[in-house]
Amino acid sequence: MAETVQFDLVSPERLLVSVAAREVLIPGAEGDLTALPDHAPLITTLRPGIVRVSGPDGDKEYVVTGGFAEINGQSISVLAERALPREDMTQDHFKSMVNEATERLNRVKEENAEEHGLIDDATKLLHDMVAVGDHIGMSPN
Amino acid sequence: MPSLKDLKNRISSVKSTRKITKAMQMVAAAKLRRAQEAAEMARPYTERFNAVMAKLAASVGDAENAPRLLSGTGEDKVHLLVVMTAERGLCGGFNANIAKLAKAEADSLIAAGKTVKIITVGKKGRDAMKRDYRQYFIDHVDMTEVKRVGYADAQAIASGVLSRFDAGEFDVAKIFYAQFQNVVTQIPTKQQIIPAEIGEADEAETGSFYDFEPDENAILADLLPRGVATQIFSALLENAASEQGARMSAMDNATRNAGEMIDKLTIEYNRSRQAVITNELIEIISGAEAL
Repeated sequence: MAETVQFDLVSPERLLVSVAAREVLIPGAEGDLTALPDHAPLITTLRPGIVRVSGPDGDKEYVVTGGFAEINGQSISVLAERALPREDMTQDHFKSMVNEATERLNRVKEENAEEHGLIDDATKLLHDMVAVGDHIGMSPN
Repeated sequence: MPSLKDLKNRISSVKSTRKITKAMQMVAAAKLRRAQEAAEMARPYTERFNAVMAKLAASVGDAENAPRLLSGTGEDKVHLLVVMTAERGLCGGFNANIAKLAKAEADSLIAAGKTVKIITVGKKGRDAMKRDYRQYFIDHVDMTEVKRVGYADAQAIASGVLSRFDAGEFDVAKIFYAQFQNVVTQIPTKQQIIPAEIGEADEAETGSFYDFEPDENAILADLLPRGVATQIFSALLENAASEQGARMSAMDNATRNAGEMIDKLTIEYNRSRQAVITNELIEIISGAEAL
């Protein structure tokens, strides 16, 4: 039996999973990372993406829309803004998520036409969202 | 002295009132269970969130570069009060207690020469506050359509508050809600959300050094707005549970009072019925004696 680490995935509304995981793939804001037991302590923000957990009953995937993760030697906590098990993800969910990102981009463009940083952020968010769709075989339209 | 018919009518009307309050009590009990479950489920997120915030705040250290949501605007002039109450009445002192706390705060701020701005969430709070503080009103959030409080609702309120903060409309924001203790006790609470008040990190945990990706300030800038939404969300959930708890005990009282009233009225009814019979008998007997 390989070493495991306590993994929790929580959204504001509920605790989705709490298992002993062998490894966890986390979509960090600056790139994906895989956390193994005894990972160095790290706090990172998330981009929209897939969290993959290798737990006792095989691999499980969850779609998250941003938030942050706290990793330390004993535990990994992912605090997602919104999180759904991949199998519960429907076209409707995905569409509303993409729409939200699009709206946000438009709003930012209108309000802060000068600040490219903000527009870039919102654009990236939308792209990430669409990329998630590609990964799980859903299109934004 | 009311007639027999009047008494009968009153008894039947109180009986139907009792039925209604009894039904409302049971509905509130069912809703309370759901609201409590929702509050329970949201707890892990809030706890972890606060823990991470405490670690971050501890490691940022210098207040110079800290985001304004944490350090404040450096002023203390304009206060925003977000008063969260229920959409509906018939729940005892629930709404009134929150409004009372908010009014006390508003009065003391005004007395201290500060500017007060008020946002209300929930119709009852708006009605209560509008009477005395009409000129301070800036917004109202309608929750009539919301059946079950979701994080999205909290986010909507939070983004409204945050955009006002970014526009420099206020320096300090506080929320007012009732904390759920148990069915009979709900504690009206005020909580400062901007600038953020962050608890001290546990001694044991601050020992480990965290890497931050991206850097601390970027994460903090990302987290603080979420923190506002999270605090509003948990306040909304507490409020929902408190409202149902307050309604349940209020309706329980009402049901009991109606029961007592029915007993009293029934005794009165029986007495006057007996009086009528006695009267008739006396008339008959005195009539017979006169012959």
